Amino acid sequence: MNTINIMIVGVGGQGTLLTSRILGGIATEAGYDVKISEVHGMAQRGGSVVTYVRYGESVAEPIVEEGYADVLIAFEKLEALRYAHFLKKDGVIICNDQKIEPMTVSTGQARYPEHIIETLKEKYNVKVVDAMDEAKKLGNVRVFNTVILGVAASQMEFEKETWMEVIRNTVPPKTVEVNLKAFEIGYTM
Amino acid sequence: MGKKTIMLGNAAIARGAYEAGVKVSSAYPGTPSTEISENIAKYEEVYAEWAPNEKVAMEVAIGASKAGVRAMASMKHVGVNVAADPLYSFSYSGVNGGIVLVAADDPGLYSSQNEQDSRMVARAAVVPVLEPAGSEEARIFTKKAFEISEQYDTIVMVRTTTRLAHSQGIVNLEDRVEVEDKEYVRDIDKHLLMPGTAKKRHIIVEENMKRLTEDACSMDINRAEYRDTSIGVISSGIPYQYVREALPEVSVLKLGMVNPLPKKLIEEFASKVDRLYIVEELEPVIEEQVKSWGIPCIGKEIFTIQGEYSANMIRKAILGETLNLEAPAQAPARPPILCPGCPHRSVFSVLKKLKIHGAGDIGCYTLGALAPLSVMDENVCMGASISTLHGMEKARGKDYVKNWVALIGDSTFLHTGVNSLMNMVYNKATGTVMILDNSTTGMTGHQDHPATGKTLKGETTYAINIYHLCKAMGIEHVYEVDAFDLEELEKVIKRETQRDEVSVIITKSPCALLKSYVPKGVCIVDKEKCKACGMCMSSGCPAMRKAEDGKVVIDDTMCNGCGHCMQNCKFGAISLLEKGGK
Repeated sequence: MNTINIMIVGVGGQGTLLTSRILGGIATEAGYDVKISEVHGMAQRGGSVVTYVRYGESVAEPIVEEGYADVLIAFEKLEALRYAHFLKKDGVIICNDQKIEPMTVSTGQARYPEHIIETLKEKYNVKVVDAMDEAKKLGNVRVFNTVILGVAASQMEFEKETWMEVIRNTVPPKTVEVNLKAFEIGYTM
Repeated sequence: MGKKTIMLGNAAIARGAYEAGVKVSSAYPGTPSTEISENIAKYEEVYAEWAPNEKVAMEVAIGASKAGVRAMASMKHVGVNVAADPLYSFSYSGVNGGIVLVAADDPGLYSSQNEQDSRMVARAAVVPVLEPAGSEEARIFTKKAFEISEQYDTIVMVRTTTRLAHSQGIVNLEDRVEVEDKEYVRDIDKHLLMPGTAKKRHIIVEENMKRLTEDACSMDINRAEYRDTSIGVISSGIPYQYVREALPEVSVLKLGMVNPLPKKLIEEFASKVDRLYIVEELEPVIEEQVKSWGIPCIGKEIFTIQGEYSANMIRKAILGETLNLEAPAQAPARPPILCPGCPHRSVFSVLKKLKIHGAGDIGCYTLGALAPLSVMDENVCMGASISTLHGMEKARGKDYVKNWVALIGDSTFLHTGVNSLMNMVYNKATGTVMILDNSTTGMTGHQDHPATGKTLKGETTYAINIYHLCKAMGIEHVYEVDAFDLEELEKVIKRETQRDEVSVIITKSPCALLKSYVPKGVCIVDKEKCKACGMCMSSGCPAMRKAEDGKVVIDDTMCNGCGHCMQNCKFGAISLLEKGGK
């Protein structure tokens, strides 16, 4: 099988690491060779962050090269736009419908681009999710990323039960229930 | 084969050390090395600690080695500079118990102030270097490093890079081997360095390296992979993975030991391939040596010294492929920023108002250099804020520094800033030092330090009191101020910067990302009262933005309720919705 290349992009602090670890966990569970590349340190402080997940029979490099991504999971719209060119021609974007202004916009140095989703839809297969809204309904805004993961999971090869098992083993024990609910919402969306 | 699991490179290094029977580990946090200590601390059999700085960490590991046990120190590349003094001399002494220094380089500067190559330091210090290319190798090579350390009587460096340290890969866990403590024998010819003994040790050290250079040719960590021989590549570490990805058909000499180089093995490989390339990130350490032996090869002629490599970069450089890549979209930059509720923002907003320059240091607060705060003017390295301010005063006189302050965090102050403050007191300085005390080592992900009252293992311990420490140095004017009390801050800063002596202002408020931090609530805007003046946004809180009518909107999912914006609103349009509202 060809190596599957997934990118998770967002704003530092949004929890891309948890999502990549769940993805890495399920691919490991399925017996694949897996590599995940994460961002720690300074870049995490509200900056643009990107995490790579690759799995297949044998994986060499831990990053996804430009033009090779199968799936782009974006926690924020501007970050989807920033990294979309990493996708293959028929690549899929799962995009959280959330806008977080970068400081360059708040200070008036730059403008937040308009019609991001429409622009992306011209070239790519885009699925839009209002994950924050769903998470608020569940009473825990931090699980919005698990809603997005649920949407991504519904497009992937692994069994739903296995996903839930990996989530149980990865998220903090106190948040297992709410994360599973969030996953269910995304999965059936 | 042991249990299979997925592990971060840094966790795999910790695992390797654990399996090798390491008993003592000391470190100072620094991206990308921090998680090594956080992981090794989980093993009950290992004593693991945070030291106040890398020099201390290195010396603790050295002491443990001299006492006969396996020991490790880990740090980021610039930390190795701090530890250079013990490193360069201890390399002459050699070891008793095996000892490993993990040096974590940061090509691409994800979280650093420079891009130095630790292999150069190791060469200068005459220290062998192993360089793993993934998590499983990180585990295996760390174990191997302890063996080499004892076999060749030398400290061994394991060199990693950010991409290895912060990547996860599959590892096969093995059991820990309990290594018997070595007997300590008084031997001043080996363990005590002074001209007479060190001269003799230098000869022995160079002989050991020669022996290792020979033996490295038959070590399994150096591996010639012969495929198509029209192209041959010598590589190591993460760049090896890029080579395999981009050029799966070519022959590769994969080096696990990058100092000393296995000369005969390299000569043999070079003789079997038509064209030889060296693919190494940062400095041409391998390339320059290979060229010095008269072996033709191509390296930095087609590759950069800066930043990280990639498979695409290698496809372009070696195969000359034109990659038909999509152009990236125009997207406004998103640089890192201080978090909502960060106490540094509050302090910086006052300094900005008073038009005071900041001699800066290393930590989250370095971000205060960027717009819209634009407070910090310069920085150099850990602890340098205080001594550079002192240098400015001695160069230009007392009045010159009266619109300056030194800005340093609590962890950085205890790292090396304390020495610089001693110097100010001793040399009758004028200058105001602001210690931004957020009760943690923030930037690296919240590690404890000597003033937090907790050890790396999570035990309660004595907390050094920074206020009393400054007082004990003989500084009369030391003040503690709540970092969010703008009025008091302004008063104290105005007063202290005009003083003709050393003064210290300790601003206190915990980092908003600490698990123990409880938000007071969230700030909300009264649309009727908001005059759209933008004053509340002048400090650059990421939870705030302007709506289309120019009025301010606060994102309730991001706000930590610090109330800084509230204090800046002249119209009383912002109020705190007490806890329960979030």
